[in-house]
Amino acid sequence: MFGNIINWIDERIPMTRVWNMHIAQYPAPKNFNFWYFFGSLAMLVLVNQIVTGIWLTMNFVPSAEGAFASVEYIMRDVEYGWLLRYLHSTGASAFFVVVYLHMFRGMIYGSYQKPRELLWLFGMFIFLALMAEAFMGYLLPWGQMSFWGAQVIISLFGAIPVIGDDLTLWIRGDYVISGATLNRFFALHVIALPLVLVILVFLHIVALHEVGSNNPDGVEIKRKKGTVAEEDKPKFKFHEYYTNKKDIVDAIPFHPYYTVKDIVGVVGFLILFCYVVFFAPAMGGFFLEAPNFEAANPLKTPEHIFPVWYFTPFYAILRAIPDKLMGVIAMGASIVVLALLPWIDRGKVKSIRYRCGFHKLNIAQFVVTFVILGWVGATPQTDFKTILSQICTVTYFMFFVLLFFYSKNEKTKPLPERLTK
Amino acid sequence: MSNAPVDNSRRRFLTIATSVVGGVGAVGAAVPFIASWNPSERAKSAGAPVEVDISKLEPGQLIRVEWRGKPVWVISRTPEMLEQLKAHEDQLRDPQSDEPQQPGFAKNEFRSIKETIFVAVGICTHLGCSPSFLQGGFGEKVEGTDDGFFCPCHGSKFDMAGRVFQSVPAPLNLEIPPYYFIDDTTILVGAEQGEGVA
Repeated sequence: MFGNIINWIDERIPMTRVWNMHIAQYPAPKNFNFWYFFGSLAMLVLVNQIVTGIWLTMNFVPSAEGAFASVEYIMRDVEYGWLLRYLHSTGASAFFVVVYLHMFRGMIYGSYQKPRELLWLFGMFIFLALMAEAFMGYLLPWGQMSFWGAQVIISLFGAIPVIGDDLTLWIRGDYVISGATLNRFFALHVIALPLVLVILVFLHIVALHEVGSNNPDGVEIKRKKGTVAEEDKPKFKFHEYYTNKKDIVDAIPFHPYYTVKDIVGVVGFLILFCYVVFFAPAMGGFFLEAPNFEAANPLKTPEHIFPVWYFTPFYAILRAIPDKLMGVIAMGASIVVLALLPWIDRGKVKSIRYRCGFHKLNIAQFVVTFVILGWVGATPQTDFKTILSQICTVTYFMFFVLLFFYSKNEKTKPLPERLTK
Repeated sequence: MSNAPVDNSRRRFLTIATSVVGGVGAVGAAVPFIASWNPSERAKSAGAPVEVDISKLEPGQLIRVEWRGKPVWVISRTPEMLEQLKAHEDQLRDPQSDEPQQPGFAKNEFRSIKETIFVAVGICTHLGCSPSFLQGGFGEKVEGTDDGFFCPCHGSKFDMAGRVFQSVPAPLNLEIPPYYFIDDTTILVGAEQGEGVA
């Protein structure tokens, strides 16, 4: 009976085939470590954002007059409104936490290298869409930080020569940030960008499954057809889409092995996530900033304004340069240069495990740089921090410049023939 | 259906012609979507001039009024403030106000119609924050100048004529809006003398 239903469906839509190809018979390297949690966690957070977001729109009023009050209404009068909002606001920060870790995983294991360039680019577009989504969402509560943060970010476009001023006017739809801006950001935040995000995530996964996952060793599990002895092949059934083209070694099916592993990641993540949601939803001013508990006032800038923590590294680069246009260019370049990583890194060895010591140092300094920039961008500017942010802007870009040069003739360790533990 | 052989050049022409016409249509269809983001008629009409009563303005005091949704400052500058304007001219980006950040009537030493009354748009020319008025506390930002404006967002500094200091992110002096004195105690912000009230 059940089989008949499945057959009936399979004759009309390729349900079983897709399930097998992408889940039950999808070959994944057997040596994934904890760094490989963050892709599935990002999808979990995306679902959280979509579901809580839909519920929030049911009580949110997208207008300059009503927005701030409707958020307070959600917090105080709507049953479990506080929980929905904190899940959504904490989810925004959690999204960036897992995405930054996911990107870092790609950096240390060389997951952007050939043949995964397009996969990396889709990831970068997801990152851009996510930044736009987060930025527009932050305007919606219509607090002081919402207003002035948006004022600053939109003014970035004013640095573009000739068309800058008209462009900012067009984006705002008014001479200042106003209800018109709020309403269009609401539309983009709840409809346009989530659609774009979901489509990009779909493409990201399609591209991933076409080239196959990289792994902590950076050694490909797909070998030329006919080069792998029968006894070396894993004793699993993989979909013929993969086995027809290549011989596969050291792989396990995504389901049940990695679905079960990812559940462990989900549980660990949810423990931390729920702790923040229930005990520290403002996260000491990092997830929800204090000035945002005051309604937007176009006539008064808060004493210190900062973007939310996930933008502060890039914001610090903007502030480091005492020239409007150059600052904006440097900030844009700091993101573009990440997207170009597959072409900047000319190395043949992917994983940090087998790359030269200098590469390890370079990645370490990049992490330190990123953290310092994040801290500087989140705290009031002083002369010392201006110089510090300028130094870190240099070291940020130096990571890529150095990588470009030493990766060409890098002294690497010999790669293992097969995956290690 | 005729059995005539396929005419490739004719087919190519039709493909290109269809693509071009379709493309023009797509561009045309995009116009309303893009144009709808421009300020609406209501937003445009909200840019009407505002009257400011300065009869109660004390020396050294700053009042804010809203014009086109932006904060406009009206400040009564003390003689000391005016005195200090000359002292730091070598530290400014544009001490002579050469950049068109003010109507012609304010392209002078004090960037104002009357020396004492300073009117400016209180929006930093960097990224649009509203600088803080540091009355008496500006000395720690620029030595020898007691009063000025400090932008909390990115540290830009302006003097009491809204002129920007060097080596800060803001590229230009603060904007001076069009305004004129209706009488001794009333300013109209948003229009120059002789212009009709729009």
